[in-house]
Amino acid sequence: MEAKEEKKPSEKEQGSESVSMIRTLTIVAIISGILIVGAYQWTGPTIKKNKAEFLRKAIFQTLPQIKELKIFKEEPAGILVPLVGEEEKATRYFAGYDASGALVGVVVEAEGQGFQDVIRIIYAYSPEKKAIVGFKVLETKETPGLGDKIEKDPHFLENFEALDVRLDADQKSLVHPIEVVKIGNKKDLWQIDAITGATISSKAVGRMVNKSAGERVPVIEKNLSLLKGGS
Amino acid sequence: MVEGQGLEGKTTANLETFLNGLWKENPVLVTILGMCPTLAVSNSVINAFSMGVATTFVLVMSNFLISLIRNLVPKQVRMATFIMIIATFVTVAEYVIQAISIEIHRSLGAFISLIVVNCIILGRAEAFASKNRVIPSILDGFGSGFGFTLAICCMGAIREVLGSGAFAGVDLFGPHYEPWVVMILPSGGFFIFGLLLLFSNWLNQRLKRKGA
Repeated sequence: MEAKEEKKPSEKEQGSESVSMIRTLTIVAIISGILIVGAYQWTGPTIKKNKAEFLRKAIFQTLPQIKELKIFKEEPAGILVPLVGEEEKATRYFAGYDASGALVGVVVEAEGQGFQDVIRIIYAYSPEKKAIVGFKVLETKETPGLGDKIEKDPHFLENFEALDVRLDADQKSLVHPIEVVKIGNKKDLWQIDAITGATISSKAVGRMVNKSAGERVPVIEKNLSLLKGGS
Repeated sequence: MVEGQGLEGKTTANLETFLNGLWKENPVLVTILGMCPTLAVSNSVINAFSMGVATTFVLVMSNFLISLIRNLVPKQVRMATFIMIIATFVTVAEYVIQAISIEIHRSLGAFISLIVVNCIILGRAEAFASKNRVIPSILDGFGSGFGFTLAICCMGAIREVLGSGAFAGVDLFGPHYEPWVVMILPSGGFFIFGLLLLFSNWLNQRLKRKGA
């Protein structure tokens, strides 16, 4: 059945055996290293492109009426400047414009701990409505069938069609922090109806949107003329 | 070296090696190895198929390399060597999956990295590739890999149809179908797996009786 080939190394002394063990492991490690680096070099650009493409597609889904996108990054002291080229670490603001060039909304990224692992989302803020008008989950490992409803559940996603994130008088924080309430108890525009069976995931999303909006919306409002000008 | 030989095995021995992994010693249905991915990512056909292909790739490549260097590896460090080789190909597979589709990578999540500890692969390396020539080892990798893919895709198809009312993402029953959610949850995986084992054992016994 199986072609057997008994070719065990003959008895050797202790010393040369260790040498051969070290040699084998070193050679295999070098081969492994070369293979991994090769694969990384080969796929790296495609992976980067895929990720950027995925994000772009997601942004256009959260703000379906936009035709053009401009990317800004946040400098210290909350000043926005156009992002030139690519910067991995930059805090990015994606400003979307409609066909006539008017600002529709600004999309930002947010992340936070969910039930299983980090959840990454994007949401769109409309300066005109002073509200969050779009939402999409980029990355989640929440329980299939329960927690992953934050991605698809139509009733939950309705929460983000007009989620009030008005700023207070000194333009520094939200008038009403975003609250997650039990399903069916949503009364105010700044509340989120949770998903039955996925309370932890819903609350995690609420928390991260609240925190992120508290930081990002003031920056957007401060730089509104720049964002509207589009350059 | 000779790589990626077709299934037209030159000898019956080669063919038998291949068929062994595919059915007679199917890693999932007969030797019950690799349960973790089988239960965890078989909640949809696409997930199951991608996992099957990734595992097959790792199996074939690691079997090939291990068989190639089998006479140079001192037996005291063979496990370390095998795991290192397997981990290398898993990393390569992870990059390739990300390059093909971010969505698939998203849904398989941590289970791609966990191919490293899939007992099917280390099992084949230890039981076959470290004792046999290169070509039979590659065929053995393909056999076990396809066997695994076959089993996990069966699970994926059943679970997706029952649990989401869809096949490979295509809706089958329209919006009024109330999905049997438990089927895509872990417990559903165990139910279906048990039934699948029952079925394959019944089939095997039947075939044996007919043959006798």
